Amino acid sequence: MGEHILQVRDLTVHHGQLCAIDNVSFELNRGEVLTMIGANGAGKSTLLRTIAGLHHPSSGEIVFEDVDVTRWQPHKRVSKGISLVPEGRRLFSSMTLEENLMVAAGQSRSLPFTVERVYELFDWMPSRRKQRVWQLSGGEQQAVAIGRALVANPKVLLLDELSLGLAPIIVERIYALVPEIVSQGVSILIVEQDVAQGVMVADRVHCLLEGRTSLTGTPADLTSEQIDQAYFGADMAKGSLSAEASE
Amino acid sequence: MIWVNVIIQGILVGGFYALFACGLSLMFGVLKVINLAHGDMAVVAAYVAVLLSPHLHIAMLWSFLVVVPIFGLLGYVLQRTLIQRSIDRDPFTTLLVTFGLSVVIENLLLELYTANGRTVDIGSIIAQSWHPGSIVYISYVSLVVLAIAVLVLAILQLFLSKSRTGRLIRAVADDREAAQLSGANYKHIFGIAAAIAFATVALAGIAYGMMTQFAPTSGGVNLLFAFEAVVIGGIGSLWGTLVGGIALGVAQQFGAHLNPQYQVLAGNLLFLAVLAVRPQGLFGKKTALA
Amino acid sequence: MSKSTAPRTESLSNVSIRRSTHSPIFTVIGSLIIVVLLSVAPWIAPAQVASTLMNFFILVIMATMWNLLAGYAGMVSIGQQAFVGLGAYATLYFALKGVNPFVTIPLAALATAVIAVPVTFLLFRLRGGYFAIATWVVADTAMLIIGTIAVLGGGTGRLMPGLENLSPSQTAHYSYLATWIVALIVVIGTYLLLRSRLGLVLASIRDNEVAARSAGANVRSARRTVYIIAAAGCGAAGAVLAISQPFIQPTNEFSMQWAAEMLFVSMIGGLGTIEGPIIGSIIFFILQQSLQQQGVWYLIIFGVFAVAVALWQPKGLWGAFRSRFRSELLPVGHWVRTERLQTKTPEPLE
Repeated sequence: MGEHILQVRDLTVHHGQLCAIDNVSFELNRGEVLTMIGANGAGKSTLLRTIAGLHHPSSGEIVFEDVDVTRWQPHKRVSKGISLVPEGRRLFSSMTLEENLMVAAGQSRSLPFTVERVYELFDWMPSRRKQRVWQLSGGEQQAVAIGRALVANPKVLLLDELSLGLAPIIVERIYALVPEIVSQGVSILIVEQDVAQGVMVADRVHCLLEGRTSLTGTPADLTSEQIDQAYFGADMAKGSLSAEASE
Repeated sequence: MIWVNVIIQGILVGGFYALFACGLSLMFGVLKVINLAHGDMAVVAAYVAVLLSPHLHIAMLWSFLVVVPIFGLLGYVLQRTLIQRSIDRDPFTTLLVTFGLSVVIENLLLELYTANGRTVDIGSIIAQSWHPGSIVYISYVSLVVLAIAVLVLAILQLFLSKSRTGRLIRAVADDREAAQLSGANYKHIFGIAAAIAFATVALAGIAYGMMTQFAPTSGGVNLLFAFEAVVIGGIGSLWGTLVGGIALGVAQQFGAHLNPQYQVLAGNLLFLAVLAVRPQGLFGKKTALA
Repeated sequence: MSKSTAPRTESLSNVSIRRSTHSPIFTVIGSLIIVVLLSVAPWIAPAQVASTLMNFFILVIMATMWNLLAGYAGMVSIGQQAFVGLGAYATLYFALKGVNPFVTIPLAALATAVIAVPVTFLLFRLRGGYFAIATWVVADTAMLIIGTIAVLGGGTGRLMPGLENLSPSQTAHYSYLATWIVALIVVIGTYLLLRSRLGLVLASIRDNEVAARSAGANVRSARRTVYIIAAAGCGAAGAVLAISQPFIQPTNEFSMQWAAEMLFVSMIGGLGTIEGPIIGSIIFFILQQSLQQQGVWYLIIFGVFAVAVALWQPKGLWGAFRSRFRSELLPVGHWVRTERLQTKTPEPLE
């Protein structure tokens, strides 16, 4: 098997008439954390949803472990090892915390992530496992959403806007788990509007602007000015990045 | 004592309405589909029971052992083909398609088997009843049907809350996309929900045929009652449906006691009153409300 | 924010907007000929043809109203027979009071519209399928209540009074003309209604309900208006039905068959077009006439046909024809024609 666990080739996605993703290509290496950054409407969420199988691309391919999965149903991709933590968390609101995890739990116990293993990762969970998820705070719900994706034992984990609606301190705490997850052999693709946070955990950064790749490289290679330009487009990146991005 | 009898008869028939309605409720909760042919499926099941039993050399009483599984399978297949196809279009299409099916089935039954009433013959037990008070009669068949209804609801509730498949069904009902992202094949889950709905309504149809005469048009009337039971009890609550069914049954018996002409009307008026005063029903969430 | 949002004024000048893609002169002349022919039909055609045409008009009225309800306002009702029945009984009631049956037709329409107002406050609490079955409960309730009123014939029915002093041929001619006029008013009225502001609101709701709401369209009141109009139309259909088939019986006037027919006819002809229900009705009558010896097989075949159309040709026959030939006899929308297609990619805003 090649060094790329996931390859996206010439991907184009339309929402009706609107072109959300325009001919994007990139690879995710094994054991890597790749962060996609870009402004609202840059097509980042669409990209993740397409990789997870919730949107059908108009052209291009998605190759996972050297297998073309472009036409696969979402649930089949999950069982092969692609899990998405969707934007807005999307927990099952009528269920308890534990039931939410159990929905996604695989039958096999030999794999690294079980419900028990998730409980070790988030030590506050066991005492509250019988609570309905709407009783949890936003950060706790986000943790459950991540746990739910993990119990499916993904090889590629797609994280969509984890920081949305959460306090910076909570966001930091959640991103602190990334190395732990990677150490279990999971490769991670992150989509994040909070550029500073996204870049900090990344091995590589990929910038999307109006549905196209505008910049790619390792955090060390890129200056914040370059990222600003890639984020906002030509001539718009006059203001400070941190002020704009943390809104 | 007359009123005690009215209430008892209402409870007995209410159990039947709940049995009839639980599939309707499940289909709506999970698939967001109102199957307007739900009632006709019950009638078809009753016809199948009557027509098939002689060929299988079994007593009609036991016909449900054969018919219910057949209808479960039919539900799964129909879901994966026709109903899924209409869901893929839009909710509007599901209504048109299931209504079309309903009219076609009803008229087809009329053509093939005439409008004459039939019964699922269970022998002399039909006439037997328990007679605890001077004017209180409790038909054994009705009592058994009520017991079956409660049993089916309890099993269904247990299945949904405890089993892995039940959990997946609830997950799909909560958020179809998130369920897919958790590895659920939602079309398969839809099929299972439809299979349960068809199996329960087949059971209800056969039970109906045991209690009274059925004809091709019985499906529509019973769908109406089942729907009223669901709304009165509260959309999305299984036990609410049982309470709604009983409330409807009592209202109908009460109306019938005043004047046989008022039986159905009293139930309809209770339904409209609930809609006016408490549209989410007795135990309902506000999901089906505009 | 960096997406191009600049108005392309330069290209707008090359866009022309018009109602119709063809000259209206043919439509006008053709319609006039048909209207004249149908107006004199009972005098030039056999009685059997006239009576079939009358039933055809009644179905066109009902289907046009159902199409307004479902195709334009998105409300699937399987209980419009409530208003057919109430219209018929309103006519009977007024006729019993001594009003000339033909004069009662507008009164019946008005009466059903008035009854429909409180009904909407109940029904609009439910949506989708639950709305649909609730309309049926309303129809069932109306039938049961009418069935308890002895003066209207109760459950067994009653003969329509006020027609005795007309000769059979006079009755046939007058009721034909009444039905024909009601059908004309309903179809033309629906056409004008859809070209009015309400039509615009309905179109915006159909395209995107949330957007329509936020743009200030009062969705609920638009729906209510449509529901009341559809009730009045079905009431008028019930009134002419009561005159043409003057034995009034609850199970007949409130029959579920009306709902089935209006729904199938609209679906097959094409929801959301004025022509659809008319074309559907023509197909329905051809089928019914050719299969009338075979019991209800015509309804079974028609139902299967309708289901197939809903699944594989949801725009209906007329909708499919229209999108192929871009033509409308009674245009209610607008065609936008661009002289020069803008193919350049939009330049980013400076």
